[in-house]
Amino acid sequence: MSKDINTKVLKKNAFRYSKVRGETASRIRIPGGVINAQSMAKIAEVAEKFGDGTIFLTNRQGVEIPGIAMEDIPEVNKAIQSIIDDSGVNQAERDKGYPAAGTRNVVACPGKRLCPFGCFDTTDFARKMDKMVFPNNLHVKIAFTGCSNDCAKVRMDDFGIIGMTEPQYDPSRCVSCEQCIKYCRIRSVGALSLVNGKVVRDTNLCIGCGVCVAYCPTRAWTRSKEHYFRLVLLGRTGKKNPRLAEDFIKWADEQSILDIVKNAYAYVEEYIDPNALEGKEHIGYIVDRTGFDEFLKWIMRDVKLNEKAEVASRVYWSGKHYDRSNELK
Amino acid sequence: MGYVLSKEAFDEVLGKLSEDFLLYSPVRKIGEGCYTDVDVVRYDFVKSLDEIELEAKSNYAFKELLTPLSQTLFFFTENETKEADSDTRDVIIFLRSCDMHAVKRLDAIYLENKFADPFYERVRKRVKFALIGCGHSFENCFCVSMKSNVTTDGYLFSLDFDRDAGQVSCDVKDEDIAKLFEEAGASAADVVPSSVTENDTKVTVPDVVPNAVYKDKLWDEYTARCIKCGRCNFVCPTCTCYTMQDIFYTDNGRVGERRRVGSSCMVDGYTNVAGGGEYRRTNGERMRFKTLHKIYDFSKRFGYDMCVGCGRCDDVCPEYISFANIINKVNAAAKAAAAGEGGAQHD
Ligand code: SF4
Ligand code: SF4
Ligand code: SF4
Ligand code: SF4
Ligand code: SF4
Repeated sequence: MSKDINTKVLKKNAFRYSKVRGETASRIRIPGGVINAQSMAKIAEVAEKFGDGTIFLTNRQGVEIPGIAMEDIPEVNKAIQSIIDDSGVNQAERDKGYPAAGTRNVVACPGKRLCPFGCFDTTDFARKMDKMVFPNNLHVKIAFTGCSNDCAKVRMDDFGIIGMTEPQYDPSRCVSCEQCIKYCRIRSVGALSLVNGKVVRDTNLCIGCGVCVAYCPTRAWTRSKEHYFRLVLLGRTGKKNPRLAEDFIKWADEQSILDIVKNAYAYVEEYIDPNALEGKEHIGYIVDRTGFDEFLKWIMRDVKLNEKAEVASRVYWSGKHYDRSNELK
Repeated sequence: MGYVLSKEAFDEVLGKLSEDFLLYSPVRKIGEGCYTDVDVVRYDFVKSLDEIELEAKSNYAFKELLTPLSQTLFFFTENETKEADSDTRDVIIFLRSCDMHAVKRLDAIYLENKFADPFYERVRKRVKFALIGCGHSFENCFCVSMKSNVTTDGYLFSLDFDRDAGQVSCDVKDEDIAKLFEEAGASAADVVPSSVTENDTKVTVPDVVPNAVYKDKLWDEYTARCIKCGRCNFVCPTCTCYTMQDIFYTDNGRVGERRRVGSSCMVDGYTNVAGGGEYRRTNGERMRFKTLHKIYDFSKRFGYDMCVGCGRCDDVCPEYISFANIINKVNAAAKAAAAGEGGAQHD
């Protein structure tokens, strides 16, 4: 029997189109980058049983199991059910694998679970976000990073969420050792200075990384009770105009971030090029077409920003435009 | 006089005590630790048993009341000075046995060291103590080695709380306070404050540290490992160093205030002198100074070691440097040096 396979269905079911004819790879979604060891063992088992015995670790914290024969897809979908259960990914029908692949795995750096600089539980927020947006076939990239170090490289994503804390200063506990000043300068932006033996924070310069808090030996610096976020927008890689995401809001709260991303999906539904190849168009290119104001109107609809949040009045992106010039300077 | 009473009755006693005293105890500060959503236990004022952190060892010691991290001593104008107002209320500090022993060290430095420090004396006079029974050793504690595990006097009353039974046991030393317990309906009982008899961490303090140990290469390791953050000093119940600051107000440089702020022999600047000199440049030298001060030099003057073995320095060190281990290394080096010197005499 010759193969008769609907590759569009296959791709949406999170199987990869392979250059090796008749073969595919299963794409395991791991929102927030954490699964339990049992799921990892299951991945290894599937790779041994159905794949070529290798496992590919993707850039977006997913896992791909290559070398699977296309006719084994139904069996593989049954085998990976326990992994889907573990990672808590929304599913349409049990034992049928993933219901979509468009919206990419939601990435997270280790965040506060592990990293001394993490300002929030990145995995937790990533999972919450995944619950909200998935399944969805729109090609959207969302990533979370615990602090302004941006180890998760969220500035390459459509929506990059960066953890922030607002350092709280208790002058009565400060002994003027200047370590906060030193480490803010060396590890961060140099927002602190000593005035008359007490520390002054340039609130405009401060990026809320919390380095001062981590290094203060007396607890004169502590973290704000609230977890805050910086939202950076519409970064992308790719052939035409790769660029870094730009700052949109700082000191935002969690709910506003969720609402904005949800609204952005509605915006894309409305404005995506109906003839886009394979229904895939980066949001950034849609915004280039509709103009930023229209995008802004959509994403901020019914968003009740917390009082502390500061919003950019205008966002400009740069990056090389290969569709205009491929010259080296 | 020993008493056993319910949690509610004990709170009644605390309520009565609050009329005459401020109560200063370990308190869990949610999310105020170094890292996100990590708590810190440090001292603050309380009114009831629930507010007192009894499960964990406090990360910072009680000394912040007696020797504040930052304190304005007086204000000055061109010709006059005015001492800063200070609280006049009496205080009961709740602390464990190791810290009770630390009080003695603070007193030695601030009251018995040739002359009494008036600012310390002023607050010290207002302070009484309540002993928190310490039934199990925490990580890094070595009070047994430092002989600070048992406290038999010096406190108004002790406190052991059996959470499951909802029952508080107190050894009350003070007659007036005993009355409060009786008024609250406490029943008389034989009470001995709990104390530990063994720690996992054990140290041996050398009797004599030969000069060779000052030059031993054991200190070099700490030049590489220690980040001179001073946390070990700031959490220590017996570190007493401070530095002075004269501040001239920015909008009128003719008036200002004199402050005394906590200091640390591990941080930069501690041994700086006019002309750019610095006595102990390397972190290893600083570690040597700190260690020998805690377990040797102080004792040469006062007859007992400064370190009480609370282990807070080991709890807090971001570089996992163990002070207890350093004591044992010094002991080994002292032994080796003594043997070496002894051997040399035979030659
Ligand atoms: S981004 Fe910040 S929190 Fe995340 S791993 Fe890097 S340093 Fe840690
Ligand atoms: S939170 Fe602000 S002040 Fe603190 S280290 Fe970061 S940039 Fe500097
Ligand atoms: S690190 Fe802490 S104690 Fe040192 S100067 Fe900064 S705030 Fe003050
Ligand atoms: S050093 Fe001893 S008295 Fe102090 S907290 Fe530890 S076990 Fe208790
Ligand atoms: S806490 Fe550790 S790293 Fe910091 S000064 Fe003390 S020994 Fe050095």
